[in-house]
Amino acid sequence: MHEAANEAKITAKRLYADIHLRRGSFSLDMLLNSDAARIGILGASGSGKSMTLRSIAGIEDVDSGHIEIDGRLLYDSSQRINIRPQQRNVGYMFQNYALFPTMTVLRNVMSGLRGSRNENREKAQRMLERLGIAELEERLPGELSGGQQQRVALARILVTEPGLILLDEPFSALDGYLRDRMQLEMMGMLEDYDGQIVMVSHSRDELYRFSEELFVIKDGRVLTSGETKSVFRDPGSIEAARLTGCKNFAAVRVISDHRLEADDWGVTLQLERSIPKDTRYIGYRAHYFEPVWGERQQNCISFDLMKVDDLPFEKKYYIRAAQDSGGAADENMICWFVQDDKQKMIDRKGLPDYLRMTEENILLLR
Amino acid sequence: MNDLIEIARELDWSPLIISIKTGVVATIISFFLGLWTARKVIKMDYRTKSVIDGILTLPMVLPPTVAGFILLLIFSRRRPLGVFLNDELDIQVVHTWLGCIVAATVIAFPLMYRNARAAFEQIDANLVHAGRTLGMSETAIFWRIVVPTAGPGIASGTILTFARAMGEYGATSMLAGKIPGKTGTVSQRIAMVIQDGDYLTAGIWVVIVLLIAFAAVFLINIITGRHMKNIKRW
Repeated sequence: MHEAANEAKITAKRLYADIHLRRGSFSLDMLLNSDAARIGILGASGSGKSMTLRSIAGIEDVDSGHIEIDGRLLYDSSQRINIRPQQRNVGYMFQNYALFPTMTVLRNVMSGLRGSRNENREKAQRMLERLGIAELEERLPGELSGGQQQRVALARILVTEPGLILLDEPFSALDGYLRDRMQLEMMGMLEDYDGQIVMVSHSRDELYRFSEELFVIKDGRVLTSGETKSVFRDPGSIEAARLTGCKNFAAVRVISDHRLEADDWGVTLQLERSIPKDTRYIGYRAHYFEPVWGERQQNCISFDLMKVDDLPFEKKYYIRAAQDSGGAADENMICWFVQDDKQKMIDRKGLPDYLRMTEENILLLR
Repeated sequence: MNDLIEIARELDWSPLIISIKTGVVATIISFFLGLWTARKVIKMDYRTKSVIDGILTLPMVLPPTVAGFILLLIFSRRRPLGVFLNDELDIQVVHTWLGCIVAATVIAFPLMYRNARAAFEQIDANLVHAGRTLGMSETAIFWRIVVPTAGPGIASGTILTFARAMGEYGATSMLAGKIPGKTGTVSQRIAMVIQDGDYLTAGIWVVIVLLIAFAAVFLINIITGRHMKNIKRW
């Protein structure tokens, strides 16, 4: 396992981007302020992720705001400063990599260099060597696989020594296995890079692995932000929780400092921590339910099985709280995902009588 | 058969020289002007674009004689521009070889411009953005990324422009006349000899034109073919 991205890296750098723009009915009002080495932006498609990156790179017109990287001012509407993208020294990896189709790999990598031809060639070749694609030098982009194209795109960016790297859904064009492998590889290739990297994605897995600080966005606004793991632990709002992959939500009433009632799930929860007054929902991740056989314990749901989805290494149970006599609307369906090892126990003992929710996994949401 | 050889031997080749010269010069002018205009036009907002595009395409859809008439109005030595060109710069357009070029360029230019524009519009905007974020100048982006990527479209535009410029008849005959050895192009010559009932000479010229036209198309296809390795077949 590559642990590189999870070790906090020290950068004295800071990205500050306050961006406001309107495009038709869509408006973007984004504030990113982070000194993390690896910054993630999580959002659904159409939430303004790419637009944010494009604004930072200077290839999207911004209405107003202030953009600064590492103390270098790139844009300020009140001072009428708008540095051209050519001078921003920001590396941008496009979703489709945007390799120049008529140039060889080597020419692609050389295209951002300013030196003499021989110097550029040597520098580009060294970079291709470093990324393990030296043998592709004379190929055209159309002859490369998705993974190879991505490496060329990365080489083309790294060779210009940018002050900031932006990765726009870098893995969405790759499929399944390759996607995971490329991410690990890319994290390795970027290990030596000492500037900040911003990656946008709709994949929580990618960003969980990659980023130290995470911004969760929706409709052009930041829903929540913070250290990645703590955002996953405490997303704050139901929208943010949904984006971090939480599947089960229930409306709740706060009864006292330590008790709340979730009618949809037919359960009254007793918590050790004190419950904020403005808690309106709880969220619970599908993998975290614990099967209980026999006696009902605290914070247990009694349920009816609706359907089972059998996957190679996991079973997905779709259930409904037993008390819920209302319609079989899918929204009230609770997902319970069981991995292989636990499944063996269920195969042995039969379906549990109850599902227990553990305190640390209950998300209190607004 | 002997007649044919006799005529071919006696043939005045000047129309061919004039046609090729006119075609080449008009194509070169249209090429750069077309690329430049296409680049400007695609950056315009929708409304201005429609108007400008309409004006630029007009010479292609107008009957060439109408275009020729308008050109004659503009460049006539009895009109301000014609007077200015004649008196101040000593340039005569009407009934000169320059007139051939002007007529051929005006008529053929829209083909270059439209093909270039269509090719530019097909280009993934991210290629241009990538060039910018990599620090490439706008000029470098245009000549090293945009034009090569739009290569096939530009090539076909160039072929069509050359063919059209070389074969131009209507506007040329009005603006430049058909002075033998000066403004008499192949197409003018063909019309002239047919008027005289000399079908044999006309036939020879037709064959020559066919050969040249085919050779030009073939040549450009070969040249661009080498750069189209990366374009996938479907």
